[in-house]
Amino acid sequence: MVKVQVYVTLKEGVLDPQGSAITHSLHTMNYNEVKSVQTGKYIELEVEKTDDLEERVKEMCEKLLSNPVIEDYTYTIGEAVS
Amino acid sequence: MKFAVIVFPGSNCDDDMVYAVQEGLQEDVDKVWYTEESVADYDAILLPGGFSYGDYLRSGAIARFAPVMESVIEEAQKGKPVLGVCNGFQVLLEAGLLPGAMQRNKNLKFICRPVELKVDNNETGFTKSYEKGESITVPVAHGDGNYYCDNKTLQQLKENNQIVFTYQDDINGSVEGIAGIVNEKGNVLGMMPHPERATTSLLGSSDGLKLFQSILNHWRESHVLTS
Amino acid sequence: MSLLLEPTPEKIKEDKVYQEMGLTDEEFELAEKILGRQPNYTETGLFSVMWSEHCSYKHSKVLLKKFPVKGEKVLQGPGEGAGIIDIGDEQAVVFKIESHNHPSAIEPYQGAATGVGGILRDVFSMGAKPVALLNSLRFGELTSPRVRYLFEEVVAGIAGYGNCVGVPTVGGEVQFDPCYEGNPLVNAMCVGLIDHKDIQKGQAKGTGNTVMYVGASTGKDGIHGATFASEELSEESESKRPSVQVGDPFMEKLLLEACLELVQSDALIGIQDMGAAGLTSSSAEMASKAGSGIEMDLDKVPQREKDMTPYEMMLSESQERMLLVVEKGREQEMKDICDKWGLLSAKVGHVIEDKRLRLLHEGNVVADVPVDALAEEAPVYHPPSKEHSAFQVNQQVKETVFHIDDTKQTLLDLLKQPTIASKEWVYDQYDYMVQTNTVVQPGSDAAVLRVRGKNKALAMTTDSNSRFIYLDPEAGGKIAVAEAARNIVCSGGVPLGLTDCLNYGSPENPEIYWQLEKSTDGMSAACEQLQTPVIGGNVSLYNETKEGAIYPTPVVGMVGLIEDLDHITTQSFKNAEDILYLIGETKPEFGGSELQKLLEGDISGKVPEINLETEKERQQKLLEAIRNQLVSSAHDVAEGGLAVAAAESLIGTGLGAAITINGDTAAELFSETQSRFLVSVPKVKKEAFEKIIPEARAIGSVTNEENLEIYSPSGEIVLQAAANELESAWKGAIPCLVKSKD
Repeated sequence: MVKVQVYVTLKEGVLDPQGSAITHSLHTMNYNEVKSVQTGKYIELEVEKTDDLEERVKEMCEKLLSNPVIEDYTYTIGEAVS
Repeated sequence: MKFAVIVFPGSNCDDDMVYAVQEGLQEDVDKVWYTEESVADYDAILLPGGFSYGDYLRSGAIARFAPVMESVIEEAQKGKPVLGVCNGFQVLLEAGLLPGAMQRNKNLKFICRPVELKVDNNETGFTKSYEKGESITVPVAHGDGNYYCDNKTLQQLKENNQIVFTYQDDINGSVEGIAGIVNEKGNVLGMMPHPERATTSLLGSSDGLKLFQSILNHWRESHVLTS
Repeated sequence: MSLLLEPTPEKIKEDKVYQEMGLTDEEFELAEKILGRQPNYTETGLFSVMWSEHCSYKHSKVLLKKFPVKGEKVLQGPGEGAGIIDIGDEQAVVFKIESHNHPSAIEPYQGAATGVGGILRDVFSMGAKPVALLNSLRFGELTSPRVRYLFEEVVAGIAGYGNCVGVPTVGGEVQFDPCYEGNPLVNAMCVGLIDHKDIQKGQAKGTGNTVMYVGASTGKDGIHGATFASEELSEESESKRPSVQVGDPFMEKLLLEACLELVQSDALIGIQDMGAAGLTSSSAEMASKAGSGIEMDLDKVPQREKDMTPYEMMLSESQERMLLVVEKGREQEMKDICDKWGLLSAKVGHVIEDKRLRLLHEGNVVADVPVDALAEEAPVYHPPSKEHSAFQVNQQVKETVFHIDDTKQTLLDLLKQPTIASKEWVYDQYDYMVQTNTVVQPGSDAAVLRVRGKNKALAMTTDSNSRFIYLDPEAGGKIAVAEAARNIVCSGGVPLGLTDCLNYGSPENPEIYWQLEKSTDGMSAACEQLQTPVIGGNVSLYNETKEGAIYPTPVVGMVGLIEDLDHITTQSFKNAEDILYLIGETKPEFGGSELQKLLEGDISGKVPEINLETEKERQQKLLEAIRNQLVSSAHDVAEGGLAVAAAESLIGTGLGAAITINGDTAAELFSETQSRFLVSVPKVKKEAFEKIIPEARAIGSVTNEENLEIYSPSGEIVLQAAANELESAWKGAIPCLVKSKD
């Protein structure tokens, strides 16, 4: 088994209302050094190791885990876990 | 005319949709479970609102892969009327039957209230009973109703007259106030407001009834022509 | 804790480990006596949760017995998941209210969400389809950032859960007072509809029948939730965070649909929600009610984590689980339904003749306890009672006389008081329309839902004015019930019965126990007089922080039947030129009023008097007038008095009102004298209306001009305000407070 970590974020230019709300809150808490906040999703998978692992992970990301109309994704394939 | 209301695990406006057809149109309607393989026997397919699969991951993202969806997509491509309301609209977007995507409402909160809509296109099989530009009151109830598409898509929507309903006030941040759109062929309509909740003045508005009547009238016209 | 590290029976006694679980020395000794030996760790856990206040009502049982619980229409009184009242046509209404205060104080979103989930399961485990949710909420003042956080998260939690499950949240109330600052109240009520033939009981009948587990798997969350709910909140509570459960509304929706199918099968013998005290309470109570016992093999319980101990499994309060008793040999039928809805189901045990709860784990008996000892034989306390010091002081306070210079500003200020102000900000986030039955939406006196396929409807409300109850528990208790009934009547319904959620401080404090005693006396008297039996409810004690106890807050959830859809009435004015009537004389009564709170910053003195006979008669007469179609609008005159009632009735209608008062201005406009109604009547129905209610006083009329005008007998203007000014004060107050970020 390997651990696959998938990060899904909004595409550049797509409005991120949660990010704006967090920015606003941080500013009211006097963290004025924060210039912008982008939110996203973190998804962790435990996957059986196969030869076409990476290809299949990409497919999962494109078909289900992210919506390519508004979202981008990145992933890391970790070390084998028991 | 025979309607199918698709039921996904977590759909919760399926009964309301059934009542709209039964009580509003006095037509036949079946609830079709998400594991069914075919909806070919039906004349129109309705995707109801609710929270399919809890709307976990993204609204409609998991339902889009339910077994029944293959047949829904096939029938849509053949030109059969398909209406997706609220979560149903989100499923249609995720399935690629309609362009664009849904984001959380700009105020990040669920919104439930009757809203004023403008009928921008009354030439579709879903809106023929309305006047062009008619103002109607239909409730919304959604957390993810903020319609997004890129500029190119927006231009196409406009050029092809695909924008069917718009909000008269900006309630959720949708691009150009879009509340409902059709595909290029005009046989697939997705809308966030709930016409099935506006079928009797007892509950505040009957403005949604004309949408169901339009579907029926359109079907009758084409049925007469082909038979 | 792993099994190996669990203290031995000797150690439990020696180190008083049971105290950490909430048992007193005497209670532990009683448990020893019942067992005839020293209880082991798991058994001590079983006793501690089942004998917690939350499950056993040990401090309140004596008082609850005073409530009238019978009535010719009552099909199920207290004791099951929820009470049931007949509404004719072989249909019945099922309802119950329950608190989730402590979890909400610690983790407001999940606390409120799981509160909604629990009350839904109480109703659908009876076999009923949930048709509505209501919530009674209390918070500190919105000027505090922490309170704003709690308020926003609680509302979001209710919305997040209820909206997803697809049961409309149609009403309730939200009030604000400093006493709730550290201890908010979150009371959730669910109303369901059922056909008589489908009524289920939570009973484990028939030796040999199978005990089945359905729903989410069992994790370590919420362990000792019931005990936690029975303790005072302290800084230590913060560290008990793991006690708070996480809700999964999607799972709940599947469980709901599956249960509605399961109850259609005659293979189902009994069903009960695994709520507070989870697997322990559901199994012990089902067996105790049936006069049987249950043996369970805990290895068969679906588990979310590895190596769970019997103690953890039995005390877990993981959400969205049900326990079923099924006719032996027909388990597959049940399993098929669960499979269809994608739910886990497992045979975990069977009904035994011996009236014991016997638990097996890895082949060993790990607990063996009499079920009645757990479910029925918790010690019952009669704590000492002492008149609350505040009561005598307030009885002596001289009546305040208010002189109001700027009546308009005072009215606007009252409309901005968060307790009076529009709660649109709240219910805008609730799907109050799903299931398409909501005829009267949140914001009127009571919510009204049609009964589909019939020409009738249900009216429902929650009420409690805790300021009155604090100042005078007995009178306040009467007022709470009377006001709920008033709201039902104003909607055109006859009150059927009520469910109550008794929220108080520590009963071990004699003054608090006295509040509990007196207020339940008052409620009982009102229930008798108004013929509204109590069909169930919940008690939440120990609502205290180091700043003190909350006001005594017994929340009344009432349901009424509207026998004809044409009788549905709202508070909003309908037609210009309708005559405005005030039913009931007005006295200068300001103790505990909104005006007093506004002008003096606190409450004091005697509360408004209430005469239950007068109350009953006025309610009956008004209902008669409504049923004769003589009334365009009806609104009870409550917080803020006549001026506020008039403003609420005209806002959003495009109409106005012209009213003439005679008497003391402050009293006429803002007194909170009880048993009063503001009613509008079409001119042509004047005579017929006055014949039914001769005491109604014509005070003016509905006008076409969008403003509120109030005149003195000599025709001078006492108050004049434009409708849009009133509306913006009333609607703007809460959004404005929530947005402020100071």
